[in-house]
Amino acid sequence: MRHVLSALVQNQPGVLAHISGMLASRGFNIESLAVGETENPNLSRITFVVQGSDSELEQVRKQLDKVVTVVRVQDISSENFVERDLMLVKVQAPAPQRVEITMLVEMFRGRVVDIGVDTLMIEISGQESKVEAFIDLMRPYGILELARTGRIALVRGKGLVEGKN
Amino acid sequence: MSELKGTPQSGADILVQCLINHGVDTIFAYPGGASMPLHQSLTRVTDKLRTILPRHEQGGGFAAEGYARTTGRVGVCMSTSGPGATNFVTSLADAKMDSCPILAITGQVSTPVIGTDAFQETPIVEVCRAVTKHHYLIQRTEDITQVMKEAFHIMTSGRPGPVIIDVPKDVQVRKIVADYDPPMDLAGYQPHRRATREELEKVLELLKQSKKPIIYAGGGIIASGAAEHLRAFAEKASIPVAMTLLGLGGFPADHFLCLDMLGMHGSVYSNYAINEADLLLALGVRFDDRVTGKVSEFAKHGKIVHIDIDPSELNKNKKADVPIHGDVSLALQDLARMADARLAGGAQLTAGHQEWIRQVEKWRADEPLRYDERENVIIPQQAISRLYHLLKERNRLDDTIVTTGVGQHQMWAAQFFKFQKPRRFVTSGGLGSMGFGLPSAMGAQIAHPLKTVIDIDGDGSFLMNIQELATCFTEKIPVKVLLLNNQHLGMVVQWEDRFFAGNRGHTYLGAGFNEAPYPDFITIARGFRVGAKSISDPKDLDAALIEMIESKGPYVLDVQVPYQEHVLPMIPSGMTVKDIIKV
Repeated sequence: MRHVLSALVQNQPGVLAHISGMLASRGFNIESLAVGETENPNLSRITFVVQGSDSELEQVRKQLDKVVTVVRVQDISSENFVERDLMLVKVQAPAPQRVEITMLVEMFRGRVVDIGVDTLMIEISGQESKVEAFIDLMRPYGILELARTGRIALVRGKGLVEGKN
Repeated sequence: MSELKGTPQSGADILVQCLINHGVDTIFAYPGGASMPLHQSLTRVTDKLRTILPRHEQGGGFAAEGYARTTGRVGVCMSTSGPGATNFVTSLADAKMDSCPILAITGQVSTPVIGTDAFQETPIVEVCRAVTKHHYLIQRTEDITQVMKEAFHIMTSGRPGPVIIDVPKDVQVRKIVADYDPPMDLAGYQPHRRATREELEKVLELLKQSKKPIIYAGGGIIASGAAEHLRAFAEKASIPVAMTLLGLGGFPADHFLCLDMLGMHGSVYSNYAINEADLLLALGVRFDDRVTGKVSEFAKHGKIVHIDIDPSELNKNKKADVPIHGDVSLALQDLARMADARLAGGAQLTAGHQEWIRQVEKWRADEPLRYDERENVIIPQQAISRLYHLLKERNRLDDTIVTTGVGQHQMWAAQFFKFQKPRRFVTSGGLGSMGFGLPSAMGAQIAHPLKTVIDIDGDGSFLMNIQELATCFTEKIPVKVLLLNNQHLGMVVQWEDRFFAGNRGHTYLGAGFNEAPYPDFITIARGFRVGAKSISDPKDLDAALIEMIESKGPYVLDVQVPYQEHVLPMIPSGMTVKDIIKV
């Protein structure tokens, strides 16, 4: 089963290395991992997407919680949450195809962020399935480069993955 | 050196003052370029803090473990950067596996050259992340006091463990006015938990239905200081107790409820009892594979209660019916109180298990731990057993600490030396680090100058840190070594005999079967100016053991033993109690 874990960690050098090393050494496979500072500059949020059984996930969560610099970890899969993935994709777009591609971008509520002589750079955000669908649509035109942030997620409403202090 | 407010001090002086403030009285420190300022500071506090110079950093790390394991306090070791620091890796991994609070301080190249592959630079914090409880690379002299405060808190709270602090040379040299009482920044670290009454009621409810209860007690009993509470609870409910290797001493070996060690080389009766039990109370343990064998078959006839201070151990290897996150010492105290209340109300604690106690006693009487003596040769088990009995006759068991290397001799020490109290047995359990015996004995001896500290060792393990004899001699550390010298890596030989048709894969340590035993440990000991004697005749055994324990200084008793002995009983790796090998 697919799980989304949200962790607040101390914003210090080496924390990400510690966490990714721990996950690797215990054989946990991470599908996606995104890190960024939070509104509190002392804390960062790491969002993990992990495949595994409930008991495997219980171990991942506990092992993460055991890392001294991890303030709080929550498996938010069972909560009502919003998740997003941001992608930049550069596609082959000679003049005749530009309009067609731009229409697709609009249908996906994306944005064209750069136009070259025969290329377009497009920004798309949304759930994984939407981003994947867009990639499939772009393939025939020729994808030159692609970058994704990995998934980030927050629980809807007042549910918080708060710091303990 | 003083703590006068307003007086600038070097980072090295501040760090050393922090050690003293945290109650450290001994440090095992091997100097080098990047740690020289720290050593200079140490020379100015010799009245408060003793510096022992080991002859290898790994020896210093294991000595710190010997100190920590026999006191429960933090053991401290220090090295320079690069190779000095990497020599701590095994000690730190060892301490992590066995939940031992040691602090490794490593010198580091100066901050401006970190990352340039400078001379003797290694990213030791990167290397040690997975083998420490926590780690610090100090970036500013101002951070030293906070890091030290956090480190001591982390090492000694919750599940104890090692911390490494890497201190660049310029951070050691720079002078500042230190704040010795800084706030800690450990928002995510909340190690303390006391099990709730509701959780513990579930334990007593399961116990009430049980006709075959058993306790499986581990190192957590000793780490949390729960030995007397374990005894009180076990006696109250009359529950037999089996211990892990790290748990030995957590329950008195001569107690009528004691089933000694369980697991791969545990007693037949403890393994039978675990297998038949209808309720397993797992206290301060981690269901290690050397205990469980095939984990799906382990204790499968019983409900499992698992109490541990580290929640990640619960349901990790074995699913518990009642997993309880909490301090096992507090849990046992609370359980005893709640049990008293039930008894006072006229209730029974169990469903009646006199039959079970009789069965367990029968197993214990039928198949005790045993060995066959042979004419003209000393059997290794016999040497350990005689050592134990001679100390017992002299009423010295309470004042004796035993350490070991790793292998057959270690298992025989666990089987035939009977420990009545906690912190008397020091052994590398989880990591199984050869070379652990002599340096850990050194650390134990320094912490307990009036006790007799005996390293029961094998010739393979002893040779791995034999250089520490120099430390023992120069620092006047009167450690005894009972060397069971069989010229082989005995445990691997045993596995070769059992599983590889006796084919020897580089497990012979001698110089040839027509040669005298090799190396000549007596000449080596003499070179270190350490007392030594070699024996091979059973008639000489008692006198030589007495001479060893009565000797004033460090001493090596080289006992030549045959290599054909196997550690029995044995449940082969990944198998079950049904596969137990008895002969």
